[in-house]
Amino acid sequence: MTDVPVSAEPEGAYLGAPSQYPPSSPSQRGIFGEQGSGDTSGFGGLVRRRPAVVGSERPYGGYFDEVVDALEAAFPGFADAIERVVVDRGELTLFIKAQRILDVCRVMRDDPALRFELCSSVSGVDYLGADPRRLHTVYHLTSMTYRRRIRLETAVTAEDPHQPSVTSVYPTADWQERETYDMFGIVYDGHPGMTRILMPDDWEGHPQRKDYPLGGVPVEYKGAEIPPPDRRRSYQ
Amino acid sequence: MTGSRGAAASSREDQMTTDAYAASRETTEGRVFTVTGGDWDEVLGSADDPIADERIVVNMGPQHPSTHGVLRLILELEGETVTEARTVVGYLHTGIEKNLEFRNWTQGTTFVTRMDYLSPMFNEAAYCMAVEKLLGIEEQIPQRAKTIRILMMELNRISSHLVWLATTGMELGALSMMIYGFREREYILDIFELASGLRMNHAYIRPGGLAQDLPDEAVTKIREFLSWMPARLDSYEDLLSGSPIWQARTQGVAVLDVQGCLALGITGPVLRSAGLGWDLRKTMPYGGYETYDFEVQTSTDADVWGRYQVRLGEMRQSLRIIEQAMDRLEPGPVMVEDRKIAWPAQLALGADGLGNSLGHVAKIMGQSMESLIHHFKLVTEGFRVPPGQVYLPIESPRGELGVHAISDGGTRPYRVHYREPSFVNLQAIPALAEGGLLADVIAGGASLDPVMGGCDR
Repeated sequence: MTDVPVSAEPEGAYLGAPSQYPPSSPSQRGIFGEQGSGDTSGFGGLVRRRPAVVGSERPYGGYFDEVVDALEAAFPGFADAIERVVVDRGELTLFIKAQRILDVCRVMRDDPALRFELCSSVSGVDYLGADPRRLHTVYHLTSMTYRRRIRLETAVTAEDPHQPSVTSVYPTADWQERETYDMFGIVYDGHPGMTRILMPDDWEGHPQRKDYPLGGVPVEYKGAEIPPPDRRRSYQ
Repeated sequence: MTGSRGAAASSREDQMTTDAYAASRETTEGRVFTVTGGDWDEVLGSADDPIADERIVVNMGPQHPSTHGVLRLILELEGETVTEARTVVGYLHTGIEKNLEFRNWTQGTTFVTRMDYLSPMFNEAAYCMAVEKLLGIEEQIPQRAKTIRILMMELNRISSHLVWLATTGMELGALSMMIYGFREREYILDIFELASGLRMNHAYIRPGGLAQDLPDEAVTKIREFLSWMPARLDSYEDLLSGSPIWQARTQGVAVLDVQGCLALGITGPVLRSAGLGWDLRKTMPYGGYETYDFEVQTSTDADVWGRYQVRLGEMRQSLRIIEQAMDRLEPGPVMVEDRKIAWPAQLALGADGLGNSLGHVAKIMGQSMESLIHHFKLVTEGFRVPPGQVYLPIESPRGELGVHAISDGGTRPYRVHYREPSFVNLQAIPALAEGGLLADVIAGGASLDPVMGGCDR
């Protein structure tokens, strides 16, 4: 492995080059996606990173200010529970401390000024290399009364992947939390049956994590061996 | 004479007891019998009748024709009444979301179209609109591409609802409905084939626009479809609605009210059949739906009958939208102007069928080195998408289909998650089935219209 040392900034002007960043996942290292091939082009050492998420400043615009104000008024522990507010591409994201997510969701659903009756989606994301608390859970809430949408995001570490389940507030999160557990290994405490849902019960590992390989076997075609997709040489 | 018969019978009995039929084994759950039909007497007639209390746990599926694919229901029965129902999914998990992370953004359409195989256009449209939102090019999508997208989605909604009508009719005893439903659906698939080259798994909608323009033959065929479909819909309604069997199997069956729907996250026709007119095309419009004139279909029955009525009405409304879209079809580009995003090659019809455009090949191979580089970079590497995340929900035939797409700035998706209505809606099975009859499990499950390809992804 010929890793570019990334702990120290390169000397000279800020280059903004990919080599300055630690990789966000093994699959996104190098320009051809291949490792250990003896590639001497130098491109194999390129690594990319997600830029850090920065919080937005008020005013957020649209209905976002109203939602944040209403939550601040209805939820006494607001300053303690909300880590960051981000507005991007016309969508509002609240970064919540993982342990407070259930309290926030209850206020979100029950407060008359918020009324997020429907939990549309729960999904996981693995920010390996970009965030020390790499396992994120993303909740998309919908207010049918006000026709609004909001995103809540929490983060836990892979070593202690525990956070409260929101099934007591949104029963629809039941299967979606099971899927996130199945795929990312985030454990939702208080869930009525935290078992795998898509993968077989005896499966080992959590397939959607970034350090879990795509898998596959080499295929022989007309005498040549085609490696599985994640081992193929391809631009990325 | 009798003695010899008795001997034969007893030897047969010996055989029976050692036969593989009605074999039993001890498990941690209790004794499990494997019955294959015709051998129930072996189980029931034995000295220690295992179901003397009339409670029995039955596995329905995963290979049961009435579970719409590979859905497994574990039902606890007391006589014919279901006391407990548990749903097991995951038999069709194909790892599409993981695979997407190893292909570029354009290649993603080829994967997502295979999720919910009855509504591929919706999978593609939601994905492409999410990518466009990440790129910030929503405003630059040509009007013709937007119109054709809506046209295709509404045709797809009709074909999906037709399959629902066909399979549900078959399951509830209206066999001829199955033939008619699939016949009409096949006509719509022919239209898709004319436009994209494929009956299913089209990859027709692409980030930035469409794979190619709608051919004139398809326009003619859609006009033809519009001319006879309303009358056919009426005749199917006549065929089913008046039938006492259809009424008895659907009315008052598998009731789920608005509160139950919202708690369980149920959207789409099931929610609208409970009386809440929540249709994202109207309530949170996307892709230009706000400019079309149509009505949201609701019912207050909250049962299978109500869902049947809502779906019938939606097919008629889709026809209205298709008609308006046809009138708006103006010649023009179907791919975004930006040459850094637009797919460089257009397909062309040659003597041997649809293939590469010879004009394009001549240009990149013989005339313009820059075009060749450009083509090569876009096709092999793909375009870069600025970092960030979006959630893009659309109204699929089954409910809210949401795409949560995340980019890290590269040419491949960092993560794409589908909020699949089939997956979420299937959570309602226990609420629909428990306390009802075994036969109504079929009707209730069918009324959710689950597609396991979408559910398991």
